[in-house]
Amino acid sequence: MNRFIAFVKKEFFHILRDRRTLLILFGLPLVQVLLFGFALTNEIKNAGIAVLDNDKSPHTQQITNKLLASGYFQLRENLRSNSDIERAFRKGTIKLAVVFPAGFTENYEHGRSAQIQLLADATEQNTAISLTNYATAIIRDYTAERNPDARPPLTIDVRSRMVFNPELKGAFVFVPGVMAMVLLLVSALMTSVTIARERETGTLEVLMVSPLSQGQILLGKVVPYLLLSFLNGCIIIALGVFVLKVPLNGSLLLLLAETLLFIFLALSIGIFISSIVDTQLVAMFASLMAMLLPTIFLSGFIFPIESMPKPLQIVSNLIPAKYFINIVKGIMIKGAGLRYLWQPTLVLIGMSILFMGLSLRNLKTRLS
Amino acid sequence: MEKAVSTNQLTRKFGSFIATDAITFDVNQGEIFGFLGANGAGKTTAMRMLCGLLKPSSGEATVAGFDVYRQSEKIKQNIGYMSQRFSLYEDLTVRENIRFYGGIYGLRRADIPTKTDQILQKLGIESVADSLVASLPLGWKQKLAFSVALIHEPKIVFLDEPTGGVDPITRRQFWDLIYEAAHNGTTVFVTTHYMDEAEYCNRVSIMVDGKMKALDTPAGLKTAYGVDSMDAVFQILARGTSTK
Repeated sequence: MNRFIAFVKKEFFHILRDRRTLLILFGLPLVQVLLFGFALTNEIKNAGIAVLDNDKSPHTQQITNKLLASGYFQLRENLRSNSDIERAFRKGTIKLAVVFPAGFTENYEHGRSAQIQLLADATEQNTAISLTNYATAIIRDYTAERNPDARPPLTIDVRSRMVFNPELKGAFVFVPGVMAMVLLLVSALMTSVTIARERETGTLEVLMVSPLSQGQILLGKVVPYLLLSFLNGCIIIALGVFVLKVPLNGSLLLLLAETLLFIFLALSIGIFISSIVDTQLVAMFASLMAMLLPTIFLSGFIFPIESMPKPLQIVSNLIPAKYFINIVKGIMIKGAGLRYLWQPTLVLIGMSILFMGLSLRNLKTRLS
Repeated sequence: MEKAVSTNQLTRKFGSFIATDAITFDVNQGEIFGFLGANGAGKTTAMRMLCGLLKPSSGEATVAGFDVYRQSEKIKQNIGYMSQRFSLYEDLTVRENIRFYGGIYGLRRADIPTKTDQILQKLGIESVADSLVASLPLGWKQKLAFSVALIHEPKIVFLDEPTGGVDPITRRQFWDLIYEAAHNGTTVFVTTHYMDEAEYCNRVSIMVDGKMKALDTPAGLKTAYGVDSMDAVFQILARGTSTK
């Protein structure tokens, strides 16, 4: 046991002495979470709009006010004529133009079809769709408030309700994904280079000649990173909950336990990579290529798994982050317990055992 | 007396390549045993098998009385090892390196500070005890690596080309440490390709293309081949089989 402690202590020295390691370990998560949480969001806030009001009536004024009060839109310009619209879009200051035709009020008050034209900048098609949807909903809402009894004949009135995330907040989707990505990246990247480094400097040989067992060496490599990455995980959860306002509906204890499990898995993968490559450089590339890209594209973090082609959906089952993201979303947003999450949990446990076993075997055979 | 190392037809193959070809030799306790050969002659492979880093393909070997196949854990407790690259952690201080190796060799915690002071004092490097190893000159690193390999007072210490890249004076000083260890009863098994170092050994063996071509005292070898330096002995043996 003393031998093991001496080894762990040495690993801590390596980590704490290396500024770059520390920076990656603690700087990266912070930047990533804030970046994804704030900048890379798919919700719309304060999109610039322009209004061309050819009717200039209380109704058009009220609808405009209602649009602006929603928080999604910000008035950049009041236009005077149709020719101004194109100019405003060209300048790039507005994403949406709202045009009230002359005679709008008259049509509206006489129950005739009153039209409002919405023009959206479709160079960003997703934003354009969201903006027109929001604006349509707000305008419809205005009519509904005015005439609660008016029921359009024979129209189907679809009302959807967004459960769990009624405000469609992007952070709800991104925080679990970022957590998975950062933990995976940091844990796997860091450990993948440590054994390769010992191999490069020749110290691995000396360790193998010493009475330390291979298991002790592997575990000694994992423990310090397990502690540091767990601290990292806690920081990310705290940032998510307090800064990005992601709710924590389920058990914090379960969340922490699952985080620990996922970190252990990430470390096992790192150790595994380390056990098959010769140099630190290869280790780094291998972990970036093999971990980062599949995690981003196939875990459901950015692109929904359901809309992938079938073969990719099958491949996505191999991505550890997919399971962890499901678990985190389940706990934080849906408030689910282990009763609902035992399956992905089991998968994570199984993967950890697999990779640890493989690395142990590799370390043994590579030396002989 | 029990032999420190004893091998019988020890062989290691990598695919169809025979790195070490049926070598048989004994090393006496307290002896400085030189293991000579050009690069690729199979000396590192042989040494790795004796240290438990590599399983032999066939043949027998015991180290400190333990069998290399079945008792490699026992062997590890009883040997020290120093590789060509000195195997110290450059980002740890001198003191931390000593503490680490003391720790993994199972020294009692209370003994480590005394042991550390002994080493620092013997090498005369108390002033740099808390400097990073990276900042030390090569010769100091080498002596420190050797002392660290002896920290658990092993019966046998294996040195794999321990003097690579250092100047002759430092090499001479390093050999003083080796003599001292041998004098204290530690068996020293050293590989080298410096022929002047071969003169310092009690006995030397010369490996050529995986086979052991000669094994005797330096004086005995020189007489047998009728030359006046180990270098000449080596030239005769190496040229006899290779086209170089």
